[in-house]
Amino acid sequence: MLKQAIENLGNHTIQGVWRIGFASRFFLSMLLHSGTAFRRFGLTIREMYFTGVLSLIIILVSGLFVGMVLGLQGYETLQRYGSESALGTLVALSLVRELGPVLAGLLFASRAGSAITAEIGLMKATEQLSAMEMMAVDPIARVVAPRFWAGVISMPLLAALFSAMGVLGGYLVGVKLIGVDEGTFWSQMQGAVDFEQDILNGVIKSVVFGIAVTTIALFEGYDAPPTAEGVSGATTRTVVTSSLVVLALDFILTAFMFRGLN
Amino acid sequence: MQNDILVEIEDAVFGYGARPVLKGINLTAKRGQVVAIMGSSGCGKTTLLRLIGGQIKAGQGTVRVAGESLGELDRAGLYRVRRKMGMLFQFGALFTDMSVFDNVAFQLREHTDLPENVIRDLVLMKLHAVGLRGAAHLMPAELSGGMARRVALARAIALEPSLVMYDEPFAGLDPISLGVTGNLIRRLTDTLGLTSLVVTHDVQESLKIVDYVYFVSEGVIVAEGTAAEIRASGLPYVHQFVHGESDGPVPFHYPAPPYVDDLRLGVRSA
Amino acid sequence: MNKTVLDFWVGLFVIAGIGALLFLALKVGSMSTVNSSDSYEVIADFQNIGGLKPRAPVKSAGVVVGRVADIRFDNEKYEAAVTLRLDKRYAFPKDTSAAIMTSGLLGEQYVGLEAGGDSQKLKDKDRILITQDAVVLENLIGQFLYGKAQEGAPK
Repeated sequence: MLKQAIENLGNHTIQGVWRIGFASRFFLSMLLHSGTAFRRFGLTIREMYFTGVLSLIIILVSGLFVGMVLGLQGYETLQRYGSESALGTLVALSLVRELGPVLAGLLFASRAGSAITAEIGLMKATEQLSAMEMMAVDPIARVVAPRFWAGVISMPLLAALFSAMGVLGGYLVGVKLIGVDEGTFWSQMQGAVDFEQDILNGVIKSVVFGIAVTTIALFEGYDAPPTAEGVSGATTRTVVTSSLVVLALDFILTAFMFRGLN
Repeated sequence: MQNDILVEIEDAVFGYGARPVLKGINLTAKRGQVVAIMGSSGCGKTTLLRLIGGQIKAGQGTVRVAGESLGELDRAGLYRVRRKMGMLFQFGALFTDMSVFDNVAFQLREHTDLPENVIRDLVLMKLHAVGLRGAAHLMPAELSGGMARRVALARAIALEPSLVMYDEPFAGLDPISLGVTGNLIRRLTDTLGLTSLVVTHDVQESLKIVDYVYFVSEGVIVAEGTAAEIRASGLPYVHQFVHGESDGPVPFHYPAPPYVDDLRLGVRSA
Repeated sequence: MNKTVLDFWVGLFVIAGIGALLFLALKVGSMSTVNSSDSYEVIADFQNIGGLKPRAPVKSAGVVVGRVADIRFDNEKYEAAVTLRLDKRYAFPKDTSAAIMTSGLLGEQYVGLEAGGDSQKLKDKDRILITQDAVVLENLIGQFLYGKAQEGAPK
């Protein structure tokens, strides 16, 4: 029994190391073959439609609701200490620093990431990638790299839209519904949110999440066993892995960026 | 290289991990011929095609296509040789996100700088050759299996290759599509001066159109010859294969201990 | 999907995304502290800065005139040296005093400047000589209790 368990552990470790190695090689070759994605930018624009535009609805709606909840909950808590005037600050800072990039990243992983994995996996299972290779066209350059760059470009835009919608939601609930003073709401917010420290760092976070989620999604698809079960398993793994990676990266980045402030 | 041998394989050995799949294959295909590679499922036929396409490299031996040894080529060289090849995958492997027209135009757009109106004419010519000019605007999902394979054939010949490989072109087709596909392979080979390599286990259909046949079993060539020679062959394996007998050199049963022992007859324990 | 329609949607998406970024930058946040070319720095020493943080506002008569650029401990005077970055548009007399204030009872802390009457103005790297420390709540309460005790003591 114990021997079996140790053997399993060893096998999994070796498999894991092997996959990390393969993933790194995949990532590198994707970067090296990115020329096509920029020379023929039409390919990237096409993928931006699928990763970015099609994720818009879920991002906008979720952003609005998250902002509205923040407005409601924030007001509840703040008014106990008589500082309702800080509602704008609370909503904006939590969105711009954390919730915008992280929640947009998680939604992006489940909406666009899973779609990318399923598409690439299916292309592999139906031998489309092999066919492309036999036609002397590198699938990494033609299929993978444009999707990567589309994801990397889309993600910060989606996160910014999420935050903006959230602030709007917080404004609607806080100012229009509850009646916090409009001037205080905006001016307190502007006083506390710094462009470089807060907004730019949020953008950097979302770019990093975009790179991570898209790479995981592409790799899982490319590495998926070419069967129906293989593709569905890979799709699940994409969502689980990239969600965990987004949260872990968020912790690391936050520790780097906001240490020493407050 | 003015000789008329296009594909030449010498003593090719290949294995996935520790499991050998090809154990020393010798094979040649001349220009203008339709050559069939036959054998039962899982005998390494598809592996052989992948070897010729350069998707895998032989462990030992050489694979030469148009005079170039694939094992010694780098990536760029391999891609150069592949432009002279077309491959028809088992289920067509059409790009599902493009229309039939764009599928056929794919290689022309990737590898040439031809103006769009020239590409349009070329694509329609290829589609006409497989009888599907009218289906140019359809998406792959709207095609039947036989049509998808004909589109894939049009795509494979788009750059006028000198070698076209077919992976199980007859699998899962109705009798009409079967005849259409067979005739198409023969006709395209003759009119375009191609060499066709057909991997198949559909004996009757392929014997009608091929010039030369190789039989592969357990990683080696067990028989070869023209269609007529194969039909008349006295080799037990070929005979079993051509006539579709269920038992013979290829046994019906997977190797197992004696039946009686396995059922534990007479040893009945509580 | 028609190619031009697709391009149109992607274009719309990019414009909306950049619009959202602009909204965040201009409406939600404020651009970083005035950049160094439009500002000058003065230093004020405090014995106790309380909870003052870098980037806290510097206000005069309630108007934000700059931000706290840097806080460090002066190991010779055993005091806190606070660097204030002030907007060039506002000039203050040399005898201006600086105090650390709190907005509301528990609000954020900021530096308040009160102009003096000197005809000379503060220049870059000058020192503010008159400062008032942060009010530390514990000390205040301590003083209050002490005072009460004095009052109640028999004479």
